[in-house]
Amino acid sequence: MARALLTVDNLQTNYGAIRAVKGISFVVEAGATVTLIGANGAGKSTTLNTISGLLKPAGGTVTFDGVDITGWRADRVTAAGLVQVPEGREVLAPLTVAENLELGAYTRRDKEVAQDMARILDRFPRLAERRDQQAGSLSGGEQQMLAIGRALMARPKLLMLDEPSMGLAPVLVRDVFEIISEIQAQGTTILLVEQNAKKALRAADYAYVLEHGVITQEGTGAALLQDTRIVAAYLGSGH
Amino acid sequence: MFWQQLVNALWLGSVYALFALGYTLVFGVLDILNLAHGAVFMWGAFFGLLAVTKLNMPIWAALLVAMLGAGILGIVLDRVAFRPLRKRNAPQLAAIISSIGASTILVSLAQGAFGAQVSRFPFDTLPAQVFTAGPVRVTLVQVIVFAVSLVLMAALLLFMRRSRSGKAMRAVAYSGRISSLLGIDVDRIIVTTFFVSSALAGASGVFLGLAFSAISPFMGAPIELKGLAVIILGGLGNVPGAILAGFLLAATEVFGVAYVSSDFRDAIAFTVLILVLLIRPSGILGTAVERRA
Repeated sequence: MARALLTVDNLQTNYGAIRAVKGISFVVEAGATVTLIGANGAGKSTTLNTISGLLKPAGGTVTFDGVDITGWRADRVTAAGLVQVPEGREVLAPLTVAENLELGAYTRRDKEVAQDMARILDRFPRLAERRDQQAGSLSGGEQQMLAIGRALMARPKLLMLDEPSMGLAPVLVRDVFEIISEIQAQGTTILLVEQNAKKALRAADYAYVLEHGVITQEGTGAALLQDTRIVAAYLGSGH
Repeated sequence: MFWQQLVNALWLGSVYALFALGYTLVFGVLDILNLAHGAVFMWGAFFGLLAVTKLNMPIWAALLVAMLGAGILGIVLDRVAFRPLRKRNAPQLAAIISSIGASTILVSLAQGAFGAQVSRFPFDTLPAQVFTAGPVRVTLVQVIVFAVSLVLMAALLLFMRRSRSGKAMRAVAYSGRISSLLGIDVDRIIVTTFFVSSALAGASGVFLGLAFSAISPFMGAPIELKGLAVIILGGLGNVPGAILAGFLLAATEVFGVAYVSSDFRDAIAFTVLILVLLIRPSGILGTAVERRA
């Protein structure tokens, strides 16, 4: 069994006066892809935002790569190698595509940044064509590619993706999941939050189902895809 | 007369632009109006004056001292007047009031230290040379003020476009949240912003002190208001806009005095400001989508 890269233990987060995450525990093993699925408002994004340091936990611990990072500021979490692609593909709109990518490597001091940039522009030719344009002028799909590419510039040990397919046309959703599988193939550990449960379960080695701030089920992606209750609750008969 | 006024507008505009740059920079990054910017400007002028009169420094070294001193004052200002409010998520108005308070304190301190009278750089600080071309007169001081202001503005633009910290500053100006997810230490960028902004204010303080041969604890108030007009005219938080508007305001003022009346100096300038804002409410170069909270 692989070692645990990320261990979340009894994590609790308040959202205003509401406890949005009510003591959840899960493990992401090094090299694996783990997904959190659940309905809108189940606490998925709140969980990711707490791990990444955007929100402060009300209790519990987060251990990353053997270090207790509970309550760390977001920039320190990123510098440690745990990088989040936020929901809603938040690019730095007034900055150029190239500047967005450069700032993705903000925490790096090595000499291979230019090389990585060339590789990412090579992988996303649309971004290469628009490298000197403002990121805000890109289409939704291009912005999502930029947000993912920017996160990869940090050379993350663990990449957290928050609803990467949200609001995208089906053909772009397919692109996003294709990129996720490429990132997996390169050995990067992934924690994926998705509403598109079927695609997420197919991509994941292991999955947790979140309901009202607690984990109600877990299992391999393949096992949950067979689970009739999951199918009924999240996949729908139409899928 | 036209060419003479143009020359006057150019050097005065360069000082306004330099002052407004730092002003707009803080607004862009923090979304607050730092109304103590004029007080920092005034302290910069005194730092420069002290370096010349007490330490017998040449003016170029005194300018560096003034920028460094004002820059550090800016960091202290942030620590005392803004950072505690930021940590408590205080509303923007609280920060504005806090900056007015800080401004009042800084002016009082200057009054206590230097008295209320007008001080001057010694006459031999710079050679009193005058260049003439036909009817146009321009002093060496004006030439130097104009040239060095342009160099500082170019340096700032280059810093914002090319340097790692400058890019991070623009990132934080757009979104502190995204920036922190990229590993940018937002607090450190804010400190850098205050330092750079205040150093530019300090430099413009020395320049205006030199050009008008007058330094007093109260010299910050008029330029504070003009700077505010300039950054609104240029588009809040917009760096090239502040430069353009600085020159524009100076030109309106100078030509207004020359062709209408010196009684209406500020009235003319502010009338133009209001007219421009009626046509372009977000400023000359301001766009509603480029910046957001």
